[in-house]
Amino acid sequence: MKFYRSHILIGIDDSSLQSGVKEIENSLRQELDKNNLSDEVNILETGTLGYFGTGVSITVYPDQITYVNITKEDIPEIVSEHFLKGRPVRRLMLDKEFTSKYDFGYKRRIVLENSGLIDPENIEEYIGTGGYEGWEKALTEMKPNQIVEEVKQSGLRGRGGAGFPTGLKWSFTAPLEVEQKYVVVNADEGEPGTFKDRLIMEGDPHKLLEGVMIASRAVGASKAYIYIRGEYKLCIQRLQHAIKQAYDYGILGKNIFGSDFNLDIYLKIGAGAYVCGEETALIESMEGNRGNPRNKPPFPGVEGAWKAPTVVNNVETLANVPSIIKNGADWYAAFGVEGCTGSKVYTILGDVKHPGLCEVDMGTPLRTIIDGYGGGIKDGKEFKAALVGGAAGVFLPNKMLDVKMDFNSLQEYAAVLGSGAILVMNEDADMVDMLWSVIRFFRHESCGKCSPCANGNEILYRLITDIRNGKGKEEDLEHMIMLSETMKESSFCALGQSLLLPVKSAIENFREDFLARMK
Amino acid sequence: MYEKFIKKYAPTKDNLIYILHEIQDNHPQQYVSEEAVQEVSEYLKVSPAHIYGVLTFYTMFSTKPRGKNIIRLCESPPCFLRGSEQILKKLKESLDVKIGETTKDGLFTLELCACLGVCGNAPVMMINEDVYGDLTEKKVEKIINDIKGRQE
Amino acid sequence: MANNKMIKLWIDNKEVEVPEGTTILSAAQKADIHIPTLCYHPDLEPSANCGVCVVEIEGQPVPKRSCCTPVWEGMKVTSNSVKLRHLRKTLVEMVLSNHDVVCPTCNQNNKCELQDLAYLLGVDDSRLPKILEKKPIDDAGFSIVRDPNKCISCGRCITVCQQVQTVNALTINGRGFDGTVTTPFDKGMSESPCVNCGQCVVYCPVGALREKSNTEEVWDALLDDDKYVVVQEAPAIRATLGEEFGMDPEKVTVGKMYAALRKLGFDRVFDTNFSADLTIMEEGTELITRLKEGGKLPLITSCSPGWIKFMETYFPGIAENVSTCKSPQQMFGALVKTYFAEKEDLDPAKIVSVSIMPCTAKKFEANRPEMKDSGYQDVDYVLTTREFVKMIKEAGIDFKNLPEEKADDLMGAYTGAGTIFGATGGVMEAAVRTAYYVLTGREMDNLNVEAVRGMKGVKEASLTIPTKDLGEVSLNVAVAHGLGNARKLMEKVVSGEKEYHFIEVMACPGGCVGGGGQPFGSSLADRARRGMSLYKEDSDLPLRCSHQNPAVNKAYESYLGEPNSEKAHKLLHTYYFQRSTANGQTQKEVTHKH
Repeated sequence: MKFYRSHILIGIDDSSLQSGVKEIENSLRQELDKNNLSDEVNILETGTLGYFGTGVSITVYPDQITYVNITKEDIPEIVSEHFLKGRPVRRLMLDKEFTSKYDFGYKRRIVLENSGLIDPENIEEYIGTGGYEGWEKALTEMKPNQIVEEVKQSGLRGRGGAGFPTGLKWSFTAPLEVEQKYVVVNADEGEPGTFKDRLIMEGDPHKLLEGVMIASRAVGASKAYIYIRGEYKLCIQRLQHAIKQAYDYGILGKNIFGSDFNLDIYLKIGAGAYVCGEETALIESMEGNRGNPRNKPPFPGVEGAWKAPTVVNNVETLANVPSIIKNGADWYAAFGVEGCTGSKVYTILGDVKHPGLCEVDMGTPLRTIIDGYGGGIKDGKEFKAALVGGAAGVFLPNKMLDVKMDFNSLQEYAAVLGSGAILVMNEDADMVDMLWSVIRFFRHESCGKCSPCANGNEILYRLITDIRNGKGKEEDLEHMIMLSETMKESSFCALGQSLLLPVKSAIENFREDFLARMK
Repeated sequence: MYEKFIKKYAPTKDNLIYILHEIQDNHPQQYVSEEAVQEVSEYLKVSPAHIYGVLTFYTMFSTKPRGKNIIRLCESPPCFLRGSEQILKKLKESLDVKIGETTKDGLFTLELCACLGVCGNAPVMMINEDVYGDLTEKKVEKIINDIKGRQE
Repeated sequence: MANNKMIKLWIDNKEVEVPEGTTILSAAQKADIHIPTLCYHPDLEPSANCGVCVVEIEGQPVPKRSCCTPVWEGMKVTSNSVKLRHLRKTLVEMVLSNHDVVCPTCNQNNKCELQDLAYLLGVDDSRLPKILEKKPIDDAGFSIVRDPNKCISCGRCITVCQQVQTVNALTINGRGFDGTVTTPFDKGMSESPCVNCGQCVVYCPVGALREKSNTEEVWDALLDDDKYVVVQEAPAIRATLGEEFGMDPEKVTVGKMYAALRKLGFDRVFDTNFSADLTIMEEGTELITRLKEGGKLPLITSCSPGWIKFMETYFPGIAENVSTCKSPQQMFGALVKTYFAEKEDLDPAKIVSVSIMPCTAKKFEANRPEMKDSGYQDVDYVLTTREFVKMIKEAGIDFKNLPEEKADDLMGAYTGAGTIFGATGGVMEAAVRTAYYVLTGREMDNLNVEAVRGMKGVKEASLTIPTKDLGEVSLNVAVAHGLGNARKLMEKVVSGEKEYHFIEVMACPGGCVGGGGQPFGSSLADRARRGMSLYKEDSDLPLRCSHQNPAVNKAYESYLGEPNSEKAHKLLHTYYFQRSTANGQTQKEVTHKH
């Protein structure tokens, strides 16, 4: 093995690709070559480095210096200054104080522990970090019910939004004695402001695959599907590649590790429908139908894809599983808070200095995430609101910023963790406009299977549009809350039930914005 | 005429969405025609009514001919907050089309879409398979002109 | 769920015990507790669209739909509360916001389930903005009109079209509020695989689907002294009129039906039952010929125009198996402008031939270009049961107190065999009676063929006939009603899985008594009851076999010659096409006129 004195991690993701990362990587290689540094400095393609709105970024190890917004023209300077003369290029560095203070949570990362550190297209690098040890242990040392038990003990709860205990979900399906069961990965990430699953799949696809394998073993599924939204081209590519590698290494397929366990993993591609994030709608879509949700009960765990028992788990949920099995439930439960163990990946967006993602312990206060990881409000403005949990989330005002981010604490504020998206708005934001945008989103994504959601969203949309255009009346606000309450109580699935949180929180916490449009 | 795309997949209904993607991606006008639906219907033994229902459910599919470049501008809250409405206005002006329409030269179709999951770079749009983020009116102008230039 | 496990639950503190898998709604019905519904229909799989049937369940965070939620042990349900009433009212208010509220002129006025519910719940529809966006009405076809502005997206029409009938003409275009019930590629019913069976119309709760009305044209003809208006009524009409006029729904209404038609001004009142008997003579002869001469078997009936278009679309390969006989309506039509005109010395150009049918597909059938063997359009106008009832009401006729009258001679007499055409299995039974007579030279000891009666989807029987010249013949027969059942049966025929000699197919569940022109909301239970009333009439009639019909025999003697004669073939038989599964248009002829 070659020894390099420096490693350059270059984040290849949907964001950096649009900034021409490939071209910049090439010129970096050429420049290193020209200076005879190719044997000393290694370039590693990895997933996201976690900074957005910063164009192409690289991190240099062991120096731990991150350069952002690099252009082709900067390359000669970086190579001659940093690698030849050992002097960091200050003008391109990411806020030094900021990065060292928070270290982007690498030390406490679980699902993103490898993201941005390894080459996601190389299974060896994953194995080199201890990857697939959990899978081997699950298959050779543990019985299926022990796996289920371990996950139960860990306290892991679903990261798709509802927070249902994962081990408990598995325990409904595991004991069923039928010929075919399935594990389905919900990778139809569509909650506005959310892209954590994309980053997991782009940055560490094998982590997800290992989670799928362990889950399949636990519940006795010989086939697993990853349902991924059609827009995630890079994820699809990386997953296809990773699955192929896993087969080549005998980690997937027949008689894995010499056992009698067989497993195949397939990809299913979506075609643009937010509602398919609902597990039964996802199953319908997988079967080649319109993505209309099904009635529950029967729950998919008992009767799911092609009528067979089907466990549907979110990407982030499953990405937690390898570490739980490898390190044990107690290790995992030491993260987070009681009742909500482990870590959570957040995407911090909007009017913050450093839009990006972080993985922190469950229970971390919202203020810490926004001020710390997001760098606070940019351009010296004041904080006004945070939409927490995606479009189906809650508009939180300043006074609620100290809420701890975990399923139970948020419930006390009638808020939800949702997908982990945090959209921060400064003093210039108008809640009428924001709520209009949220309602427009749901109006567009309602599947139409049930009339409370299809009609309700349209009526809400007409009302908020009128208010936005200065044609609203104060009683419309009460009608909007009444309608979204009706939708909460009578919509067929979670989509139509979701409107109540944003509508109510926007109107109640920021009523003055609405009244201002009625003058 | 669509046989070579259709027959890449086993004739089971769960491959329908894959097949429709394949047909659309390979059509110069990026849509799924009635004839294609008929062929898929015969191959999968699924009714044209079902396929039409599926086609019109998912926003990535079109049953009408479209331009060479499909612009899908995200209109979800994070992009909205960062100014997607301005970008939309700019796009409409410089392309001289309304939402859902194709430019007269057949080069662009303007569509809106929900969150593309690239919100760190809001506002964002996708043109065919490429994502463009941190959009400003100036940047939009340049992107459009670049594509126009490449077509000539 | 096929087990016998019983579940105990409480609805409004009342203990109920039902089998596992039962829905809350069914359990409530069993306990005689009323839960309001809108999109639900007992015959159809619940679409769970409207949410009106929500109930509260102890321990559940939000109310659940009773139509599709199965019961569980110890469940505690509240079927009505202040909260639930408020919820239901708001839901109906939201539906009305997206509904073209034009009750006075609506086809379904006073029969509309939405109108009913909104009134009973006391809905105030002034609070919310109107969100309805007007869309064009689809009325290009001969049979069915679709008004998307009244549609409440309950999904019944799609369920019946896709699941029950497997016609697959209806689907949803788009999604959410913009989602619209439509045909593939939005081309309208007349350019879709729609077979005009009209089951969507019968199940539509709000008048978004209706027949293409011909009452205006018929009124015009009736009020035109220059026209000679002749009418025929299908067997199923007499089984339905009673229920529409507050009379005993278990009895057929024949004499009053004739009287009403005369009051409306029809010049000659005949009966389709006559040509039903005629059909048996033609089709029975065709069957016997095929049996004797080794023709294409099984022979499949051709009375149901919905079935014929379905066959042309999905099973054109078996067209040669289908009887070449026209339907009774079209046989009648061809004879009115030839046989009747000749006997009465009338100018056929002045005859307006009207039929009253339980059917929407008959409108399409009458307008098929090939149905002009008399030299004119054989049947000019087809009215559904609903249109007929409307005309009686418009004319202010006190139907219940009308005198009993008789049909006119020449084409009015009928036997019990003709009457049972209206029920599933009836054509088969009528044909068996006559075939038995022709093959054995004597009448059956017991004319009732019980094996082919009743509401089972596919009925099969093996009948032994001791024939004069073929020895003992065993006849394998099958009866399917509802096109989904027909599809299953035809798949067996095509695969050769089972050999049959004779098959009856009716497009509509229950047969013609369940036709698309019958009263709105007709349930399977209604259809079964109407069928029973036809069997009752049959058993009460002095003549119960088609070959005994004196008027039919007279028609042969004085005009047609014998069954399957050249003249009979010209007037009473037809041919078929192959049609596109995408748009229902004809592609080529697959059988030919003899």
